[in-house]
Amino acid sequence: MKGSGAKLFVKALMEEGVETVFGYPGGYAVDLFDELYRQDSIQIVLPRHEQGLIHAADGYARSTGKVGVCLVTSGPGATNLVTGIATANYDSVPLVCFTGQVPLGLIGNDAFQEVDIIGITRNICKYGITVRDRNDLGRIIKEAFYIAKSGKPGPVIIDLPKNIQTELGFLDYPDEVNIRGYKPNINVHIGQLKKAWKTLKNAKRPLILAGGGITRGKAYDSLQKLIDKSNIPVVTTIMGRGAIPTDHPLYIGNTGMHGTYASNKAVSECDVLFSIGTRFNDRITGDLNEFAPKAAIIHIDIDTASISRNVKVDIPIVADANIAIEKLLDWVEPFETQKWLEKIKAWDEENPLGMKKGKGMNPEIIINKINEIFEHYTVVSDVGQNQMWTSQFLKMNKERKFLMSGGLGTMGFGFPAALGVQIAHPEEYVISISGDGGIQMNIQELATAVVEELPVIICVFNNNYLGMVRQMQYYFYGKRYAATCLRRRSSCPSNCKGPNSACPPYTPDFIKLAESYEVLGIRVTSEEEIEPAFRRALMNRKKPTLIEFMIDNEELVLPMVKGGNPMSEMILPTGKR
Amino acid sequence: MEKRWIALYVENEVGVLAKIAGLFSGKSYNLESLTVGTTEDKTISRMTIGVKSDDITFEQIKKQLNRFVEVIKVIDLTDVPMHRKEILFVKVKNCTTHDKTELFQIANVFNVHVSDYGKDSVLLECMLPDRRNDELIQLLNLHFKTIEVVRGGSVAIESISTSCI
Ligand SMILES: Cc1ncc(C[n+]2csc(CCOP(=O)(O)OP(=O)(O)O)c2C)c(N)n1
Ligand SMILES: [Mg+2]
Repeated sequence: MKGSGAKLFVKALMEEGVETVFGYPGGYAVDLFDELYRQDSIQIVLPRHEQGLIHAADGYARSTGKVGVCLVTSGPGATNLVTGIATANYDSVPLVCFTGQVPLGLIGNDAFQEVDIIGITRNICKYGITVRDRNDLGRIIKEAFYIAKSGKPGPVIIDLPKNIQTELGFLDYPDEVNIRGYKPNINVHIGQLKKAWKTLKNAKRPLILAGGGITRGKAYDSLQKLIDKSNIPVVTTIMGRGAIPTDHPLYIGNTGMHGTYASNKAVSECDVLFSIGTRFNDRITGDLNEFAPKAAIIHIDIDTASISRNVKVDIPIVADANIAIEKLLDWVEPFETQKWLEKIKAWDEENPLGMKKGKGMNPEIIINKINEIFEHYTVVSDVGQNQMWTSQFLKMNKERKFLMSGGLGTMGFGFPAALGVQIAHPEEYVISISGDGGIQMNIQELATAVVEELPVIICVFNNNYLGMVRQMQYYFYGKRYAATCLRRRSSCPSNCKGPNSACPPYTPDFIKLAESYEVLGIRVTSEEEIEPAFRRALMNRKKPTLIEFMIDNEELVLPMVKGGNPMSEMILPTGKR
Repeated sequence: MEKRWIALYVENEVGVLAKIAGLFSGKSYNLESLTVGTTEDKTISRMTIGVKSDDITFEQIKKQLNRFVEVIKVIDLTDVPMHRKEILFVKVKNCTTHDKTELFQIANVFNVHVSDYGKDSVLLECMLPDRRNDELIQLLNLHFKTIEVVRGGSVAIESISTSCI
């Protein structure tokens, strides 16, 4: 049987088990949309901007482990995906993005809406290819799904010229993949693992550092077993937060730029650092010369290139996190960590995590209310102070999940990604937490949330500022708040050093804006209003609710280590270093 | 920082060269030379890549290359006996008769070919290891006023008798 490329495209999606396509049409994708219209098993979600679209597909993929599918037109449709592709690539999220393209014969002519999207995205995706022969279409789609989800997952781009979409050809979809240059290795080298165990076994002050690889590698249960069996304390990266329940007695906290005092101390003082699924980026290590100076470092990662790149590792192990930990469990015995744990506890008591009290409602209080009111949720934060506070105070475990853009730190990611999560999990409580800056980067997706009837609870932490950057200006740039005040108007004094009674009102009025989208909008200005607002949102399960929290403009994320400084040089809440 | 060599088998497809070259620019690796051509199998190309780097960066480069779906095999030629040659054309212009005689002598000593000749210019065609080409260019620069240099980049293949490195 023969049929168009578009027909094979739809058949391929069905065979891959795709249920949702995040799509935005245009002249060079309309054939594909037409074919999708003629069937019922795959639904099309139409976000209001391609950037929102790909972040939604990303949230869908992160929360399900399935491949997120994007379908956009050529030219501007394709270039609007770029930030989302880089975001997914950085956090190892499996996506397959189909971009329309001008007919093969027009490529190179600077035709209307022609861009070389494969060239543009070459170093921000796992793989990208233009289909140049209708006969290759089935194989290419099959390979794309395989590449996206195997090994270290990532985004794959398939550029589909218009004539390939319409050309008749066979409709066979291959069962198997064989790519000679791509054979991802997941199995663990037992010799290396034995070596690691020999080193770990003799540790007096062992420490586990868990990164995003635990979540991506579905190693949650095995890690928990390892910890319970060994009594080794754990710190996490921001991406690894939630890899073990945040209330587990052996969990210390996040490490890195905004890590807790006890966590960063523990990294500095441990004698063996057993790290799993982290690339040791600069936000984790600070000054490389002073990172874990007393420790032998063991590093398990699925990506060879992540090992011994930033930090020199003593025992490298290339493996899938879950497989490696499971193997290790055969040997592990309980450690004598009592003394070490007491030391860590003393550090924590010396400088516990927590925001200044007495100023009324602050982010810690708001997030604690979420912890209290909900028994399960997926919280998706945006980027900035709101993200760090959420990461610091949100309770996490298997039922209390947290997603965000860790590697690229993409403002505007949180809200659309939350929509993708809610589409995949209609019954889940999906809570989006954004700053007043970031929410405006994809605010148009309020329409998507309404038309898709998604009861996402959208929390906007309004501090009137691009708070994370303002914090840097506060500490390191003499309070010169250049381009971080979102209330600022051209009539304001040029040398403003902070808010006062003469400040102009905030624009937009988020509540009116929400209402214009038929979204329930609630403004919360005091602690007593927090719980009723969430209760109202819980009653509103057919539509989104936007809750704007008016928080103190000058709130800070602490502790903090200045970029490039050693992790031992923390700015602490009391002001002491 | 040392000069090192890699041989790379890649899919002979559109965009692969750009992807490999892009890795070097994007990650600020020091690319010294890159050549590419098809192999006995038309669907596979082999690249010869010369880089200047320290040990850690060189390990990273190999790992990053290995990550590419289109890369079939990465061969580190650093400690491998190999034959390595680079094509070099040098046109020496504005020569006197004396210059020309000297050029023939130089060609003799360096074991290169005079492949074209005119009233006042001489074309040398060289196939030498890149370092030897460097030396020849240096020498010609010293003795002649106007020279035009076209270099092809190195190609390398592993040795059969392991003796020659
Ligand atoms: C797309 C993008 N642009 C710029 C930045 C740099 N940046 C990081 S945090 C931040 C401030 C975010 O402000 P807001 O959304 O209000 O959150 P807050 O920090 O105030 O909680 C900025 C500008 C970024 N991460 N992403
Ligand atoms: Mg803000």
